[in-house]
Amino acid sequence: MARESDHIVAETAARIFADLADPQTVNRAKDGTWRTPLWRALAEAGLALAWVPESLGGAGASMADGFEIVRTAGRYAVPVPLAETLAAGWLLTQAGIEAPAGAMSVAPASPEDRIGVGPDGTLNGRARRVPFAQEAGHFAVLAEGAQPLIALVHAGQCRLDEGRNLAGEPADAVSFDQVKPLKSAPAPARVDTTALMLMGSVIRAMQTAGALETVLSLSVAYANERVAFERPIGKFQAVQQNLARLAGETAAALAVAASAADTIAEAQAFDEAVRLESASAKIRCAEAATEGAAIAHQVFGAIGFTREHVLHRFTLRMLAWRDDFGNESWWAAELGRHIARRGADDFWPLVASR
Amino acid sequence: MMLRFDPIRLPPECETLRREVRAFLAEEIAAGTFDPHRPGHGDSHNREFSRRVGARGWIGMTWPKRYGGHERSHLERYVVTEEFRVANAPVRLHFVADRQSGPILLKYAPEHIKLDILPRICRGELCFVIGMSEPGSGSDLFAAKTKATKVDGGWRINGTKTWTSNAHIADYMLGLFRTSPPTKENRRHGLTQFLVDMKSPGITVNPIIQMTGQHDFNEVVFEDVFVPDDHVLGEVDGAWKQATSELAYERSGPERFLETFYVLVELIRALGTDPDRRSAEGLGRLVAQLHTLRRMSVSVAGMLQAGKEPVVEGSIVKDLGTLWEQKLPHRVREIAAFLAPEAANRTSLEEQLAFAITVAPKLTIQGGTTEILRGIIARGLGLR
Ligand SMILES: Cc1cc2nc3c(=O)[nH]c(=O)nc-3n(C[C@H](O)[C@H](O)[C@H](O)COP(=O)(O)OP(=O)(O)OC[C@H]3O[C@@H](n4cnc5c(N)ncnc54)[C@H](O)[C@@H]3O)c2cc1C
Repeated sequence: MARESDHIVAETAARIFADLADPQTVNRAKDGTWRTPLWRALAEAGLALAWVPESLGGAGASMADGFEIVRTAGRYAVPVPLAETLAAGWLLTQAGIEAPAGAMSVAPASPEDRIGVGPDGTLNGRARRVPFAQEAGHFAVLAEGAQPLIALVHAGQCRLDEGRNLAGEPADAVSFDQVKPLKSAPAPARVDTTALMLMGSVIRAMQTAGALETVLSLSVAYANERVAFERPIGKFQAVQQNLARLAGETAAALAVAASAADTIAEAQAFDEAVRLESASAKIRCAEAATEGAAIAHQVFGAIGFTREHVLHRFTLRMLAWRDDFGNESWWAAELGRHIARRGADDFWPLVASR
Repeated sequence: MMLRFDPIRLPPECETLRREVRAFLAEEIAAGTFDPHRPGHGDSHNREFSRRVGARGWIGMTWPKRYGGHERSHLERYVVTEEFRVANAPVRLHFVADRQSGPILLKYAPEHIKLDILPRICRGELCFVIGMSEPGSGSDLFAAKTKATKVDGGWRINGTKTWTSNAHIADYMLGLFRTSPPTKENRRHGLTQFLVDMKSPGITVNPIIQMTGQHDFNEVVFEDVFVPDDHVLGEVDGAWKQATSELAYERSGPERFLETFYVLVELIRALGTDPDRRSAEGLGRLVAQLHTLRRMSVSVAGMLQAGKEPVVEGSIVKDLGTLWEQKLPHRVREIAAFLAPEAANRTSLEEQLAFAITVAPKLTIQGGTTEILRGIIARGLGLR
């Protein structure tokens, strides 16, 4: 449920993004000088460590507040590892590990990757597509073994193979070769790799919903302003129908992402409800990103295909987010298998329980 | 505009109610009233069944007690609607009255008519139909020509309505008739909403058989049908002002995406507990899409309960929901393509698919076409 505080935290975030990370300004910037003041403002406002309690060095915001920050970041296509640092802070908190200052990311970031913990407590393995790894000072790692661990690792201890996602943001392979964590603690039973993937998926779903909100309003504004055949293109029924579809995709993404975020916020564990809601959010938001990006680019014509135009900052990011923490096909297969195991007669009761 | 879909959860009283509804339906199924696995077979309406539903207090649930209603929430009504829909229960007789006609009467009918008719709807005794479409007027409601002429003490109706679902079993129609020509300034002017007793002399109901082979809708011919003055609903010539929040109820309910739901359940049965990856992926996507639609629909129900008028959100639910339920049997067919021929329920899956695929085209036409809904959404976005 939306609470009053959601608005305050989200508004603070929106104000900072509008002032210091305006997508238009960032898109035109020749260098990255906007980065430092933005990150400083986010840190000072406690947004980056929103999910970390004060006792562990964070701001102690609610889960709901944190998800609102993430959605707002999506609305501004914020090009710094804010969502990743939030996720890392959340993971460390699960094991009571104090969060360091500065940017972080999480590993693994793909459901098929595993980081192992050896008998000597060192970490081994490779995590692919770790978002913003090359900009992170630390990684929060979920490691599996006889005793699963949550660990804080200094980024300098790992080998990075740098990569980029569709939007040109870092997505790096991180190799752990007998890495000794700065700190580690047993992972509670409810937090396993799947739980981390579910959490990451809902974060990406909320970002996608936010990005779609902006894509919709940009597209509607453009359709009312761009003239062809002596009328605004928004007066053509074909364009109106496309924008109505875009509104539908945006609505679907908003609804399913908010529902999943609410479920995680209220849940005691990563139970069946969280699985259904979060997997659905990842799947449906990825589908909405695919459809929504295509419609928006169609509405904008050639101008939207330029580097100079801001549209790609949103569309390419939401298309890239589809691939993080398990893509929609992977989650659909998981969800489908789960539903099949429960059987036909238990299907409706599960859907209706949400 | 800002789209809003808050994560509304059904309150605990809804779950108690859900158990009661499921128990009731299980009893009805056991007694042979209907077969939940054979939609399209047997009658989709059943007078005795509707009476029993009324006796349980599940018709007119949100209406004032004074009119036989039960003053329960829209979220409780939501639960009843979805459970009945998923079970393929024969609700045809009372469903339109419960969803649409009752709320309109509550708002616009004179008190003595409300006291007479609404309690009978709540008891499951009355079938209402919607008399809007005509041969020359479908999406464009304001082209309606069927005429109501003022006479002493009432109105005399002449003309033809068409596609009128359930007219052959109906007790009353809420009809839209022309009482004045449109004006230059307002082409929507001149239509009035009436309550019509279907037993009135001069009404002929001619069946129209659908491509499924079923008889659901009809042509209704009016020849000098007399309707008394107190059966006018709302403003004469001003019907266009009257369609507001009811529309959101009509558009966003669970029946707008669950109409072909049974094929999905049957697919899960056919796939068994260990489907191959391709099938599992196909199934998982459908589950995610369904869950999303339901969460959107519940969210709109919550907004309605809170007294808001989510016109655009409601239209979005119907647009996405009807397209989804229309495509569903085709997706299920594709996923089931490589099933072993000996899969236990293969025959019933094929039979259900055949029915759902045949029914599918109507889903994006009835109650406002996809294109019309998108026009409403576009207006809400500020494009028109
Ligand atoms: C199963 C079923 C039950 C029904 N039951 C009832 C009932 O009980 N009572 C009742 O009154 N009616 C009923 N209808 C009728 C229904 O409301 C109409 O069919 C519907 O409003 C469309 O009207 P039409 O069929 O005349 O199509 P038309 O309005 O002729 O439309 C044909 C096509 O043109 C498109 N089109 C029309 N106008 C526009 C526009 N402005 N912009 C873009 N595209 C446009 C439509 O979207 C559609 O694709 C029922 C219909 C069905 C299929």
